[in-house]
Amino acid sequence: MIQRSEILQTIEMIDQQHLDIRTVTMGISLLDCADASAERSCTKIYDKICRMAGNLVRTGEDIESEFGIPIVNKRVSVTPIALVAAASDAKDYTMFAKALDRAAREIGVNFLGGFSALVQKGMTEADRILIRSIPEALAETELVCSSVNVGSTRAGIDMTAVAEMGRTIKRAAELTADRGGFACAKLVVFCNAVEDNPFMAGAFHGVGEPECEIHVGVSGPGVVEHALKAVRGQCFDVVAETVKKTAFRITRMGQLVASEASQRLGVPFGIVDLSLAPTPAVGDSVAAILEEMGLESVGAPGTTAALALLNDAVKKGGVMASSHVGGLSGAFIPVSEDAGMIAAAEAGKLTIEKLEAMTCVCSVGLDMIAVPGDTTAETISAIIADEAAIGMINNKTTAVRIIPAPGKTVGDRVDFGGLLGTAPVIPVNRCSAADFIARGGRIPAPLHSLKN
Amino acid sequence: MRAIVTVLGKDRVGIIAGVSELLAQHGVNVLDISQTVLQGYFNMIMLVDASGCDVPFARLAESLKEAGEARDLQIRAQREEVFNVMHRI
Repeated sequence: MIQRSEILQTIEMIDQQHLDIRTVTMGISLLDCADASAERSCTKIYDKICRMAGNLVRTGEDIESEFGIPIVNKRVSVTPIALVAAASDAKDYTMFAKALDRAAREIGVNFLGGFSALVQKGMTEADRILIRSIPEALAETELVCSSVNVGSTRAGIDMTAVAEMGRTIKRAAELTADRGGFACAKLVVFCNAVEDNPFMAGAFHGVGEPECEIHVGVSGPGVVEHALKAVRGQCFDVVAETVKKTAFRITRMGQLVASEASQRLGVPFGIVDLSLAPTPAVGDSVAAILEEMGLESVGAPGTTAALALLNDAVKKGGVMASSHVGGLSGAFIPVSEDAGMIAAAEAGKLTIEKLEAMTCVCSVGLDMIAVPGDTTAETISAIIADEAAIGMINNKTTAVRIIPAPGKTVGDRVDFGGLLGTAPVIPVNRCSAADFIARGGRIPAPLHSLKN
Repeated sequence: MRAIVTVLGKDRVGIIAGVSELLAQHGVNVLDISQTVLQGYFNMIMLVDASGCDVPFARLAESLKEAGEARDLQIRAQREEVFNVMHRI
């Protein structure tokens, strides 16, 4: 029989250290829902999602109560809508977003991702329509998330799309000004987007994926922090070993939930995403792990090195615990969703420049960052270009989820509620990049894209 | 299917009896019990066989939780795999 101490340790992880399965996400292909009539296509989309994912939430809840492990979110990701809607006669895709939103409400999931376009090497007419529809689509729906991939290591960066996304983000913020620019919290601009990511807002079901599959995203920054408390002051070799062992345990739990969900729903298991995803709750913070390593505050010199170690050790520990690892896998640093990051950003100890450096070594990118409402579209585009360049050159996924909070300025806060948390508005360098962004065209793929 | 039932809370008369009775009512067999009282706090771990359980396991876990809340105890029933995957390879 399993030891008493081991049983109590697991229960303590769940109870006091916020160990949870962050998301069970069902990826659904909508390629067969394309239709010359946009209306018929929307009906097919709604019907298919309800048919495939009708039992998702209930199954998640059953697993939750049988195994006694919280599953915080149940979500759906779908084929990038620009690909599905391309066959249709629609000149605006907001109606597709509304169909997705209705389906998400019907099945009871808390987010649905895939109002997306992949334009790393240029835009089709459908991509253009989709990007143009994003602000209205996000403002008029609650549960739909959108993402646009503007660059990749193989293709370079589509700077015309980058320029367009700066304007799109500004417009999305304006349309939801009464909610602090909430639409921008559901919009991610990627470089090297992955096709099997279970986390929002950037989840979509890639065209290389099967008809339907189940992905699981694990979490547990609190568990890692607690484990590191026990080795305070010891050398980094010990720190890395401790993180690895903890990540292994967390991921085994994720793998168990993933296989169980896949079996019960009769849908193939896709991947486990090994991520440390914080929530605004105290004791569920990635910043706190970095501080436990010996930094006075996240943002201090040393932060990037600490995050690099953490990110790498999480992967090394987790990869052995799951049969298929994928998604974004690593440590997330969404500012508004992490109590430690919020505190550091408010105190001016964590700047956007330091966050940018951190994105070179962590799982994704500039995430859930509120900037002053008068930040220009060109500046936002330039921030996106910087992040995309980091992703392109380093062969990694980077993303920007930035909120130019309407009417707000440095020192204000924007409250999005729930898991999205509260973002302090942080300063942005005011020098103009307008002429740089106005050039358009493509930044060529780097030399190391030529691997064949 | 085997499960682990854990009971935590302030010690008092009849905790084991209460939990065992509820389990017996549903046809759940107790395989092993380990129990201690530390500084007045009761702490029990039971290994049970729930294959003969007359309700879905999630329902059993729910009724144990509710029974616990009514007596100021934390009672959990979790399938054994959770602990196995985390602590055994």
